[in-house]
Amino acid sequence: MKFNIPIGPQHPALKEPISLRMTVEGEVIRDADLRLGYNHRGMEKLAEEKNWTQNIYLVERICGICSHSHATCYVQGVEKLMEIEPPKRGLYIRYLVSELERVHSHLLWLGVAGHEAGFDSFFMYTWRDREVVMDLLEMISGNRVHYAMNTLGGVRRDLDEIQIKKILDGLVVLRQRTEYYFKIGASEPTFVGRLAGVGYLSKEKAIALCACGPTARASGITADVRKDDPQAVYDEVPFDVCTADSCDVLGRTVVRIKELMESYKICEFLLRNLPAGDIAVKAPKKAKPNEVVSRYEAPRGENIHYIRSNGTERPERLKVRAPTLANYPATIEMLKNGFIADIPLIFAAIDPCICCAERTVELVNARSGEETVVRFGDLRKLAGERFAKSPVKRNAVWPF
Amino acid sequence: MLNRLVRWARKKSPWILHLNSGACNACDIEVVAALTPRFDVERLGVLLKATPRHADVIVATGPVTRQIKDRIIRIYEQTPDPKFVVAVGACAMSGCVYRGAYNSLGGLDQVIPVTAYVPGCPARPDAILDGIVKLLGTL
Repeated sequence: MKFNIPIGPQHPALKEPISLRMTVEGEVIRDADLRLGYNHRGMEKLAEEKNWTQNIYLVERICGICSHSHATCYVQGVEKLMEIEPPKRGLYIRYLVSELERVHSHLLWLGVAGHEAGFDSFFMYTWRDREVVMDLLEMISGNRVHYAMNTLGGVRRDLDEIQIKKILDGLVVLRQRTEYYFKIGASEPTFVGRLAGVGYLSKEKAIALCACGPTARASGITADVRKDDPQAVYDEVPFDVCTADSCDVLGRTVVRIKELMESYKICEFLLRNLPAGDIAVKAPKKAKPNEVVSRYEAPRGENIHYIRSNGTERPERLKVRAPTLANYPATIEMLKNGFIADIPLIFAAIDPCICCAERTVELVNARSGEETVVRFGDLRKLAGERFAKSPVKRNAVWPF
Repeated sequence: MLNRLVRWARKKSPWILHLNSGACNACDIEVVAALTPRFDVERLGVLLKATPRHADVIVATGPVTRQIKDRIIRIYEQTPDPKFVVAVGACAMSGCVYRGAYNSLGGLDQVIPVTAYVPGCPARPDAILDGIVKLLGTL
């Protein structure tokens, strides 16, 4: 039986929405194929027509969940090209917003994972708590999603004492809630059993297929740009790289919950050690002819921007490699030998958005060539039914 | 009589279809955030549907890329009458930052008729809710 999944045209979580075509034998996936290009808007070309400052707002709109990541990655690179050094306070505020963004992105992902595993109250819980961090971000930047905090040579908004206190209070609430989620994992054998063993990606395969971010870290690879190639403030901040050895969706969940705790720690450190001074320096209009590669650890993995300047007000080339693109080959590997019913969960594990949950899946019978169209909702129902029949994996434990 | 009943039912419980036409995801997560406990549109009878055949209101985001154009028209045609389209966000209204990009058509109304526009980049969940409520007020 052959399998065809058009997750493409309306796929909002990824910069490049994709279509997956699967080859299945019975219920087991044997091969998967990718098709790209539905959400292609031509942003890299557009960037060549805009000046350095305008491009900050363009790259911010590459993705709505990690908007600050793209803007920061771009700004880091352009600052190197222009040879300007942002003041310490500006950098602290910039990376504070980065970490808060990671918190909102991971909470969002946890909700999606819960939803796909059939644990909808978990989804509602995490999204309710996500509003706490959204409020903090709105207070800092004035907008819930596109923060527009970055500017060339620093940030655009300063923090005052009242705001710092409010953020610290918010972090206390978030930390309590995250500890609660960690406990849920330990006390809900069905949740752990549903996630354990799904979407296996061995360490060797993860390295060979260049997986990045939490997907790689869940396979036991200690790779984090914040540690390996510390930008600006990360060499001063104490934090650990979170990894898991289980190589499955459970590991990816645990890594993200642990990363939440690390992010709270980083945020608190940045707030308590916020240096005094300016938040930005004036940036020149033009950059000398040069090229730069900028790396940044986005919530989903390593984000790379390649920028080339030719001495004018505009970049000559801007190339963006988003972390999701790096995780596609690994996703195909994870899907292989999995079950049709696990597709939503495996696919969610590389961190696409909730909106991709309601797609159509086309099942093609290879022998008869007959096609049936199944909605993603039905697929989830199928997953629930299959899981209800299968014995709970009693040996699966929540790794403390 | 039946028409009045149908109109009443539709007003009290509009089912929405969330459609992404190449948006950056920001408006989309705000649409989903509107479903979660803080905003909770389900208490007003608004239900997110997976298929256009069940939907009354298409909540669409994004600047419409060339490749997705035909699919949007198909989804619009699949939606039963009377149907309404709410364009959420600056992209769906006019193309936002993507205006001028070679692969974006610059707005939803270039492709399908739009009933209501919700501005914002991205539009807040309460703004999206307000847009839908205002649309229902015109019924």
